[in-house]
Amino acid sequence: MARDLSYKAVMSRRKEIMEKALGMDYSEFIRSPLAFDYESMMEKVGYSLERVRAIQSEVGVGSTPLLELRNITELVRKTSRPGMGARILVKDEAANPSGSFKDRRASVSVYHAKVHGYRGVLAATSGNYGAAVASQAAIRGLDCIIVQETFDSRHVGQPEIVEKSRKCEAFGAEVVQLTVGPELFYVALMLLEETGFFNASLYSPFGIAGIETLGYEIAQQCRERYGKDPAYVVVTHAGGGNVTGTARGLRKAGALRTKVIGASVDLTGLHMASDTDFNRKSFTTGHTGFGVPFATWPDRTDVPRNAARPLRYMDRYVLVTQGEVFYVTQALAEVEGLERGPAGNTSLAAAIALARELPQDELVVVQETEYTGAGKHPQAQLNFAKQNGVIVRRGDPRENVPGKVIVIPEEFSQLHVTEFPMEKLRKSYLKNAVERTGVKEVTPEEVRFLAEDSRQSEDEVLSYLEELGVKVLGKA
Amino acid sequence: MHNIILKPGERSPDVPADTARTPLQCWMKGWALGEARVGERVKIRTPAGRTVEGTLAVVNPGYTHSFGPSVPELQGIGEELRKLLREGKSSG
Repeated sequence: MARDLSYKAVMSRRKEIMEKALGMDYSEFIRSPLAFDYESMMEKVGYSLERVRAIQSEVGVGSTPLLELRNITELVRKTSRPGMGARILVKDEAANPSGSFKDRRASVSVYHAKVHGYRGVLAATSGNYGAAVASQAAIRGLDCIIVQETFDSRHVGQPEIVEKSRKCEAFGAEVVQLTVGPELFYVALMLLEETGFFNASLYSPFGIAGIETLGYEIAQQCRERYGKDPAYVVVTHAGGGNVTGTARGLRKAGALRTKVIGASVDLTGLHMASDTDFNRKSFTTGHTGFGVPFATWPDRTDVPRNAARPLRYMDRYVLVTQGEVFYVTQALAEVEGLERGPAGNTSLAAAIALARELPQDELVVVQETEYTGAGKHPQAQLNFAKQNGVIVRRGDPRENVPGKVIVIPEEFSQLHVTEFPMEKLRKSYLKNAVERTGVKEVTPEEVRFLAEDSRQSEDEVLSYLEELGVKVLGKA
Repeated sequence: MHNIILKPGERSPDVPADTARTPLQCWMKGWALGEARVGERVKIRTPAGRTVEGTLAVVNPGYTHSFGPSVPELQGIGEELRKLLREGKSSG
């Protein structure tokens, strides 16, 4: 009998398809519609940090240089109060085989797929992760399909994503290019069902375990060279895996003093699944369109429970503008001699503002760079913005309007961050948890889970649940 | 090779109105398994070894993305920063 391939039918089979394509039964971790045992799920992966390091070293992933940005640090100090301006270091993740930290994430999944006899791997992603999976699959001799959201309905592609398609194809992968819409996951599920490939999901425990080495290396390299842990590690935040994996790695290295700060490009007001807004974005990742929804409800992905849970790990969340990221990308090339892709420099733009808060003897680590090339470059992205009616001008970055005006700073001193209140994220998380699961009452175990998952006290969770009209069982 | 995956009425209930009015379209590349002209139906073998059918959109598709013309708004940045760096050492 032919399978029903309608949207509804495929989505209703999603659980079975996902579990088969990951070879994992999530039910052993799931305690209730709300709660699950996160740490058991992460341990169940069965790959210790040491094992992951070995897998990655086999395929040339990781052990990337930690570069000191001397001129940028000097510029920060010149524009800070006397004695302020921490040293800025950047982890040059562009040195990984496919040109980004995503190789770490892909390496464990592809290794696992190979060992468990899958013929191929599939990932639904429009980002660098596609190239990373394709590259790892090429190394391990597996077939690879990447499903991308590439075009608007007029078949106009985001230059950044078109370049990522090319890169995947360069590694021999099949790229399925789609128009805008969340049905990317529907297509991915159909293909997983058809091919029996491994789901190299961004959000499986394998993917997150792969990033832990990044946080671990940062702590090691800082201690070796500077004899201390960084005060801040600034992480470009989108889907949450980067924050989660890096923070877990830092903790495993014992860097408990280090604050993990998420940074996103502010694209407030642009709808992520909108056909008309699609090409008015000059960034396709690292922005609030992913950063906020994934922080406030991680379980919106292609796995039953998301291993990327940024609220557990993020100490602060800050926003920068598109124009500021383009400005620092240009600065990185012209004063540090490092030409790197713009989206990865989101955390660099934030780090410059954050370093001003700290004395000069502290360290701020920008935890990634990414490769750059045609399409995926400030010049290409700004030309594309202009073609789509977005105004590009120099000025005060505070005048930036997502999708309408990109303001490239006039002065280095104008680089700034806008704090996104963590409390707002935490409340929004609880609201989503209640609305999405439809629970009317919660158990003390669930309260404990919600508190851990949003990193707040059980009392705070209880008081907000009460506001939402949710009854707590076992309480008078 | 081009295909319509979902017609406007078949799309996810979660898509915004402007997207819901458009179909979910798909493009795939591969090697044609028979003769066809642009606009005709064709079967292809994909790099992952699947055989799929759709409408032939382009023969020998390539890449046209580039850097584009110089962007004046980016051009002064390097010079401005080098000038700032030359203006004596910072405090501290």
